[in-house]
Amino acid sequence: MSDLTLKDLYFKFRNPDTLKALSNEIHKLAKNLKEELYIMEVCGGHTHTIMKYGLKQLLPKNITFIHGPGCPVCIMPKERIDHAIALSKQEDVILATLGDMIRVPGSNSSLAKARSEGADVRPLHSTLDVLKIAKENPDKKVVFFAIGFETTTPMTPALIESSKKMGINNIYYHINHVLVPPPVKAIMDSGEAKINAFIGPSNVSVITGTKIYDFLVKDYNTPVVVAGFEPVDVMESILMIVKQKLSGNIKVENQYKRATTYEGNLNAQKLIDKYFETRDFRWRGLGDIPNSALKLKDEYKDIDAEVVFKDILPNEPIDDHKMCICGEILKGLATPKDCKVFAKGCDPTNPLGSCMVSDEGACNAYYRYDR
Amino acid sequence: MKITLSFGGGGEETNKLIHNLFYKNFSNEILESAEDAAVLNVNKKIAFTTDSFTVNPLFFNGGNIGKLSIVGTCNDLAMMGAKPKYLSCSFIIEEGFDYADLEKIVKSQANELKKIDAKIVCGDTKVVPKGTCDGIFINTTGIGEIQKEGISAHNLKEGDAIIVSRDIAKHGTVIMAHRYDVETDTVSDCKLLWEEVESLIKNNINIKALRDATRGGISAVLNEWADASGVSIEIKEDKLKIDDDVIGLCEIFGFEPMDLANEGTFVLAIPQEEANKAVEILKEYNLNASIIGEVKAGNRVILKSPYGSKRYVDLPKGELLPRIC
Repeated sequence: MSDLTLKDLYFKFRNPDTLKALSNEIHKLAKNLKEELYIMEVCGGHTHTIMKYGLKQLLPKNITFIHGPGCPVCIMPKERIDHAIALSKQEDVILATLGDMIRVPGSNSSLAKARSEGADVRPLHSTLDVLKIAKENPDKKVVFFAIGFETTTPMTPALIESSKKMGINNIYYHINHVLVPPPVKAIMDSGEAKINAFIGPSNVSVITGTKIYDFLVKDYNTPVVVAGFEPVDVMESILMIVKQKLSGNIKVENQYKRATTYEGNLNAQKLIDKYFETRDFRWRGLGDIPNSALKLKDEYKDIDAEVVFKDILPNEPIDDHKMCICGEILKGLATPKDCKVFAKGCDPTNPLGSCMVSDEGACNAYYRYDR
Repeated sequence: MKITLSFGGGGEETNKLIHNLFYKNFSNEILESAEDAAVLNVNKKIAFTTDSFTVNPLFFNGGNIGKLSIVGTCNDLAMMGAKPKYLSCSFIIEEGFDYADLEKIVKSQANELKKIDAKIVCGDTKVVPKGTCDGIFINTTGIGEIQKEGISAHNLKEGDAIIVSRDIAKHGTVIMAHRYDVETDTVSDCKLLWEEVESLIKNNINIKALRDATRGGISAVLNEWADASGVSIEIKEDKLKIDDDVIGLCEIFGFEPMDLANEGTFVLAIPQEEANKAVEILKEYNLNASIIGEVKAGNRVILKSPYGSKRYVDLPKGELLPRIC
């Protein structure tokens, strides 16, 4: 590990010769597959890698990617974004959130629009930057609109702990952290999807361990490879899946051994358990999924923005456009190009459905790289 | 000393500012004649452009808003084959701005002008109440004498070569790093480009299209050209030169180097048979000058990977925001 340099990470995991060799090996072995492979890459980061590096073009015809629901921005239902906008419009509130969230449209506005109308909205590079904002604005309420899967979740309790230690009392938390296994289970249980293998995001498993996927082998006899995000990582993971299918030895495998273990980061898990409990959550494109997200435990209701500001938060569920087929895409029943409004009325600046919203959404990636 | 509202009031303080700072640094007869308008002698066909500069932070590795305000406008002229000659310069300054910082900004403007013998011949200064502007805004307008006519985004034809004058994305990376408090030794590419362009013209290179890849990076330039000329442009990924530090920072933020701003980097379209000669000329200024691709039939920008896959390169989205995870 200690000998790895940035250049190794960047160049060697994108090495053209390695990619060609992996592609050849996959082509060779895949000839012997008894059934077509439909591999769901759960995470939008992988969708992005696949599209950006044109990996679909390096695979044989009997291997198809199905783009999963693992894009925290895309799956955020409009009513939650309306929450963020409503909060940002409060006189005494500074709304802080990560990256892309700023431009995601809610039912009729976005945080970027709210900001242009005078709301104080701060895009963050690091969650802990909230401390500085809160300290510099003691007379304001700083609401941290927390989003992300298990990867980014631990930073939120870390922020809570740090603010307590520093005696900062003007930070409130609007929690939208979601979990990977529940939607995966929901998709498998829907019975419609033809998925017969998964690649799981390595960044999630750095926190949770690879153990969170054991149920896919036990209950669905479906192979899972936890994969890194570089093109070589993804191609190697595909090869591992092909080999599992050929040998019949179905298991959860770890391709991203350079940072992921079976158990994951136990300290981070402990920290999450201390502050959060699960709750039902409505996923944009997938609908209601039980115990699929996190909320602050009741004992922390004083800093829970959903409790503190409950009087101003709208709560009507808002559906996506009727023509939108994001739900089918997320289940692997359709591809973006099957959608009648794809690039015709629905595009990244005016997304009608969830998958067009962020860089990591399937429709957005197709729009950018394969329209 | 701080700039107060009285510096923009038109009275004694304004006068002092003009004489002690602007005349002293921008010194030339036309400016110092102090008439209501500058009177210019221009014999040739001229190019005319304007740009307003608002940058956060005002001072960055490799430059500041002052240097940028000269480089930006002069480079726009150079990209039309015009030698920058005369500029106007207007300042909008926030009350309470540091005089020493203003002086630094003006000095670096003067320093750039000297390099290509261009002059600021008229200007204006306004001071606005605190909170109504972010430190300082600068507008410069410039005219230049056209040395080579006919350069246009509409000129690209199938088979033309596409060249980039150096490694890409330095300026955008530096600004993003500063903005998100990431330490970096990377230096902006902010630089006047007239010398390179003049050298191409003097060597009779048949420049078809020329554009400095500022906001939107080379992605924007290539898309604009493909659109204007009704062609496809095919880029070879491994021919794009990108500094290791830039790659590293882009990895951290989730940015695409092709989308990031440059302030001293241009893209050039020329007939294929002149491509090697042009690159040799450009290498005298930066060893990373390189032929990155060629013009094809179609209507898109396409990036070819060294392992045989292709993808589209789209126009970058408006606001650059760091990715979530």
